[in-house]
Amino acid sequence: MANRHGSLNPGFAALGLLALVVGGAIAGLLIAAVGDPSGAAEAINGRLASVVSFTLLQSGLSTILSVGMALPLAIAFNRHGEFPGRVLLLRLFALPMALPAIVVALAILALFGRNGLLVNVMQWAGMGTSLNVYGLSGILLAHVFFNLPLAVRLLLAALATAPANHYRLASQFGMNERAIFRFVEWPVLAVTLPGVCLLVGTLCLTSFTIVLLLGGGPAATTLEVEIYQALRYDFDPARAALLVAIQLALVTVIGMIAGRGDVTGDTSVQAHRPARWMPPWLRLADFAIIAVASLFVLSPLVAILAAGLQADLVRLFGEASTRRAFVTSMFVGTCAAFLAVSMALALACARKSASKNAIRLAAIFDRVPYMVLAFPVSALGAGWFLLVYRMVDLDLFAVLLVILVNAVMALPFAYRFIRPVHDDARERHDRLCASLGIGGWNRWRLVDWPLQKAAIFSALAFACALSLGDLGVIILFGSDHVQTLPWLLFTRMGAYRTADAQGLALLLALLCLALMMLADRLAVDRPK
Amino acid sequence: MHRCQGAVPSDIEMKDVRMRWLLPVFLIASVCPVASPVWAAGKLTVYTYESFVAEWGPGPKVKKAFEAQCGCDLELIAVGDAVAMLTRLKIEGQSSPAEIVLGLDNNLVAEAKATGLFVPHPTGLSANTVPGGFSDEVFVPFDYGHFAVVYDSQVVKTPPTSLDELVNGDPEMKIAIQDPRTSTPGLGLLLWMKSVYGDKAGDAWSKLKGRVLTVSPDWSGAYALLTKGEAPMAFSYVTSPAYHRIAEGNDRYRAAAFSEGHYLQVEVAGMTNKGVANPLAGQFMEFMTSPAFQDIIPETNWMFPAGKTTSPLSQVWDELVKPAKTLVIAAGDVAANRKTWIDEWLTAMGR
Repeated sequence: MANRHGSLNPGFAALGLLALVVGGAIAGLLIAAVGDPSGAAEAINGRLASVVSFTLLQSGLSTILSVGMALPLAIAFNRHGEFPGRVLLLRLFALPMALPAIVVALAILALFGRNGLLVNVMQWAGMGTSLNVYGLSGILLAHVFFNLPLAVRLLLAALATAPANHYRLASQFGMNERAIFRFVEWPVLAVTLPGVCLLVGTLCLTSFTIVLLLGGGPAATTLEVEIYQALRYDFDPARAALLVAIQLALVTVIGMIAGRGDVTGDTSVQAHRPARWMPPWLRLADFAIIAVASLFVLSPLVAILAAGLQADLVRLFGEASTRRAFVTSMFVGTCAAFLAVSMALALACARKSASKNAIRLAAIFDRVPYMVLAFPVSALGAGWFLLVYRMVDLDLFAVLLVILVNAVMALPFAYRFIRPVHDDARERHDRLCASLGIGGWNRWRLVDWPLQKAAIFSALAFACALSLGDLGVIILFGSDHVQTLPWLLFTRMGAYRTADAQGLALLLALLCLALMMLADRLAVDRPK
Repeated sequence: MHRCQGAVPSDIEMKDVRMRWLLPVFLIASVCPVASPVWAAGKLTVYTYESFVAEWGPGPKVKKAFEAQCGCDLELIAVGDAVAMLTRLKIEGQSSPAEIVLGLDNNLVAEAKATGLFVPHPTGLSANTVPGGFSDEVFVPFDYGHFAVVYDSQVVKTPPTSLDELVNGDPEMKIAIQDPRTSTPGLGLLLWMKSVYGDKAGDAWSKLKGRVLTVSPDWSGAYALLTKGEAPMAFSYVTSPAYHRIAEGNDRYRAAAFSEGHYLQVEVAGMTNKGVANPLAGQFMEFMTSPAFQDIIPETNWMFPAGKTTSPLSQVWDELVKPAKTLVIAAGDVAANRKTWIDEWLTAMGR
């Protein structure tokens, strides 16, 4: 029994770190709120109900659309393991996550806005002259752009765990594609879908810039906006704390509804789906889906590229501030990525061990990372500031906090990449290793690492890209010693230098692409 | 069949050990390379907003000029924007390291005084050229600019000539504005509407709503919509065209003159009671109103200097819109009514 608890310890350590990050912020807010708790009562008003219902509506619809469209796309990608451009497409699918929301919003408007490409094409084709993207439609469009590629990558990672022998059996039984989907692919998708939905849902729930800028007006207001307001002009920690509590409660409830089956789900034997004959119409349909979705995801990226190339890139990249911000961003991103992946491994390991006979505990390991994602970054920054400003050197602490918060925010993504592969490795080899007496470093080197390294590198690259695009805490802490690329981008935009900002957005996108390529390269076995 | 009986001991020990050393290593590695500030003999600590200290902003030049004059170290600490700065002061209270706070605006003055952190400024500093003659015993203005609707002259051939024309004009000619809950210019437009329409501001907003393309959380979002051609008009400053003419050499973007007058933003600085003990603080306040500081402001902060400059400003500044009348709501009234007025705005815009 002692040993079994031992395998849970890293998981508990990861949970402890999460609790520390969130708990510190809550403590800071509460200590400040005790002085004047009246604001909490003020938060409960007629508008709150409409804000909550809009928050749920937009995040619910965004999730259904993103994941709903990601499903056929992931299946199409899975059916066709090799076609020219597949690898590049999937790498490009990682880019939206690394881009600040304002950049994406402007790119979406360059295509679907009043003066966007689509309107111009429609005018040319004589199909009407106006298009109103502002409102729910604009919010959904941007959220799908952010989350569809993410969901596709996560679902593909899950599909890769479908057992190869199931495909062989399916061939021998002469199953058609529908049957293969039902008996081979759906079971692995069903295991991972609730987690993916929860992740995407939480991301949309906490959306801020997109909701305000593309929502068209204050009728489109999310809880996140209210929290920001409570912390900003009003500086009302009590009201902020209550609103944060409501947001956390919402995500917790959604989490409870979303995924029960997921917690104990096991998958086994990782392999790519073998190539197989398919009726031409199906092949055509698959490539049509891939083409349409890729067009949708790639066109805003092209808009960002086109806008970025208008900047004076040579001057911009040569500036000392850009180089400094690049180094700072890479440092923060790398540290956060390693921390996030370590925590994800710890949680995946603990969950797997607990899933045998402590299902409730397994559910905690599985769900807590998402809850933390629902904690508004603005409240994290403000809460920690309230807690520590008297005690520590703020510049030093800001660096630590930025890394911690970025790691915590990247954790759910890293976890989704690692969990299926980790479960698979454990399922396949636990008994064999036990009977052969392989353990410790040798098992990691010979058995676990080769199986999991692709997922670990993907998770690292993803977590790093995510941290590169983050801005939240730095702005609130206002430390001029931590100047990252997004920070530089925002200050340039705030000082009429839109062209520079677009150039920096391009740099962020290229960095992210380089990270994905590096991850793919490292994941491939080199001949010895 | 898939589930095996319990975990395997060897596997457990391995993972456990691995995680135990990984976490602290990452934590320690995370903290290492942080620049430590240089401590000079005489030092003055100034809180200001982010874009003030940016390398193209006034900060670097101001630092150089003042340090040459005082032989001391001027530490400019950037704290978000004006509102974030005020919040920071409210939190830190008497323990705040700030000796001077530079960059609050006229709408925040009352709330800033309520913190009890500020002391009256040295006498003889209030002489300035701010329209309407800003005078306050605590805060000293260093620059100002009227808010204005800036339009794309290639699209808007007949710009509105009054706020009323903006409100009642062609709803297809859109404007991008800012959210008063999250942005200072957003609050500026709210107060402008209030000072023109008074109790009927809610109705005016309901009419304007049809013209509002979208409400950006900050100035830069709304302004980017203008420069990217998405919105033909954006809410900004009378001084915005000066940037395009001087830095980019084009006059495509122009400010519309409104007959009711324009709402004014004045940026001010004040000395804290911590600053009283530091003679450099008084020296800085004097420096701030002198040409050495004021010369830097126009083409770095893109606002009008509040004091005398060494030589007259370039022609461009003279050709900007000159508001017929300056509109201002007293800071005390803003502080007392901000919540009510924002609720009024939310109701009108939310419908």
